[in-house]
Amino acid sequence: MLSKKNKEALFNPLSKDNPVLVQILGICSTLAVTASMEPAIVMGISVIAVMALSNVIISLIRKSIPTTIRIIVQLVVVAALVIIVQQFLIAFDYDVSKQLSVFIGLIITNCILMGRLEAFALNNRPWPSFLDGIGNGLGYTIILVIVAAVRELFGSGSLMGFQVIPQWCYDHGYENNGLMILPPMALITVACIIWVHRARNPELMEN
Amino acid sequence: MKFLRKYMDKIQPQFRPGGKLQKLESVYDGMESFLFTPNTTSSSGAHIHDGNDLKRTMITVVVALMPALLFAMYNIGLQHYLAIGQPETSWLTMWTFGLLAMLPVIVVSYVVGLGIEFIGAQIHHKEIQEGFLVTGILIPLIAPINTPLWMVAVATAFAVIFAKEVFGGTGMNIFNVALITRAVLFFGYPSRMSGDEAFVKTDAAFGMGAGNTVDSFSGATPLGQIATNVGDSLSLHNVVGDPITTCDAFMGTIAGSPGETSMVAILIGAAILLITGVASWRVMCSVFAGGLAMAALANVFPSPTYPASMLSPWAQLCYGGFAFAAVFMATDPVTGARTRIGQYIYGFLIGVFAILIRIYNGGYPEGAMLAVLLMNAFAPLIDHCVISFNIKRRLQRANNKQ
Repeated sequence: MLSKKNKEALFNPLSKDNPVLVQILGICSTLAVTASMEPAIVMGISVIAVMALSNVIISLIRKSIPTTIRIIVQLVVVAALVIIVQQFLIAFDYDVSKQLSVFIGLIITNCILMGRLEAFALNNRPWPSFLDGIGNGLGYTIILVIVAAVRELFGSGSLMGFQVIPQWCYDHGYENNGLMILPPMALITVACIIWVHRARNPELMEN
Repeated sequence: MKFLRKYMDKIQPQFRPGGKLQKLESVYDGMESFLFTPNTTSSSGAHIHDGNDLKRTMITVVVALMPALLFAMYNIGLQHYLAIGQPETSWLTMWTFGLLAMLPVIVVSYVVGLGIEFIGAQIHHKEIQEGFLVTGILIPLIAPINTPLWMVAVATAFAVIFAKEVFGGTGMNIFNVALITRAVLFFGYPSRMSGDEAFVKTDAAFGMGAGNTVDSFSGATPLGQIATNVGDSLSLHNVVGDPITTCDAFMGTIAGSPGETSMVAILIGAAILLITGVASWRVMCSVFAGGLAMAALANVFPSPTYPASMLSPWAQLCYGGFAFAAVFMATDPVTGARTRIGQYIYGFLIGVFAILIRIYNGGYPEGAMLAVLLMNAFAPLIDHCVISFNIKRRLQRANNKQ
């Protein structure tokens, strides 16, 4: 079940081969949904679900897809899954789906997704593909949650909607940083995470 | 001086490799070159030999900023004593109040900025560079006087790290560090950077000048008043409600960020910069030209929807931070355009955008900061276009001769 190769497919994307930090994919949604933690977590779970399932489906039919139209087939599969996730969210978590607005729909354009389908699912059996989808989705979600935590803590003084910074600080002149709520700060936060990550993994540094 | 030289020589071995304090080598080098002329010069290669080095350039800019700084202190006091209803206070008291009000901001700006520079230089074992000397004095001049000190510290740290150190330190930054500091304050803490309470210090400074504000007090800057003006004519007033004229704005006795109010002080600074050749007259003049052109154009079609368009072009230059940005921000040689034609384009567009944002963007009563930052981003592109155009022209000329 978890051979060495499968383990790599599952755990490598968490750090050494992280889709956001190392491959710099999926940056748009990292900017858009990380102003607070709740939508970031929901977005992360949605991406994990879509990625794992689409990887399995594409891997199952990989031998019967004509190479010339494979992108279209992939898009159809992903689109179908995204719509299911979207309807599911509207049914069970309406407020968050309102906050995420178009970004759930835009999972279909997430580069990580197409990248994994092309690079992994088309050449591997369903079980490793499933693990690869879970791993990459998790790698993406971790970064999303870290960025959202930093932005929500300094931008709104809360985490998951709960006030973390005590009222005492506000009484003594502390103020939330409005810049943290603006999208540019997501880029800078991601840049800082990449900075730390590269410093801890010198072999990843580009020349 | 001899005693100081002897002392520096005596403690020097401790900072060299092997010494007790070798970790602080760049701190020592920084202090030594700050106090004395370095005794090593380049010996080979084609270098331009000139008495002017980075340190002297920086010091000249600081000297040029002195009139604006000294006037800023007086004006902070003046606005304060007007606000608490004691306009008869002597100018010296006003100036001392301003000094006490500004001193903490200056100290915080220098301690945080230089601290980060020293630590950065130490980590990379590089020489400490003088870049922050000017930035450190610019920050107190462009941050509203009521900005809390910790905000100044946060914004300065952010700007020095993300706008300067990550690009490689002094001389490598893309954006003007002082303006990034202001932009961080502006977008991070918008309520502290505009409105009635930002620009006039109404509480006491170190126990001096305590008093309650008079009833007619309103701390809005002239540009802030213009932005919220209703009707076909502009009526500007000072902090206690008396009308003001463009002449007041030229002298600088109006509310605003400390350094930006006085056109006179800024023009003295501009003269120092131009006579010593530190700043580019091309940039400076074209910023004013661009501002005048855009203001004149807008003034041809005055409209109550955009109240600032009713201001005369000359008044546009006197109010707000336009002149300060033109003289001290746009002329930053690191972040600006370097080709001559490029400098005209760069400066002119700064002027145009500053007035454009001021008049037609209701969200921002002042546009000088955003205009300079925007054009900082475009300066390399302008230079690239000018250079490649020049290469093409000369190639053509060479080909035609054959």
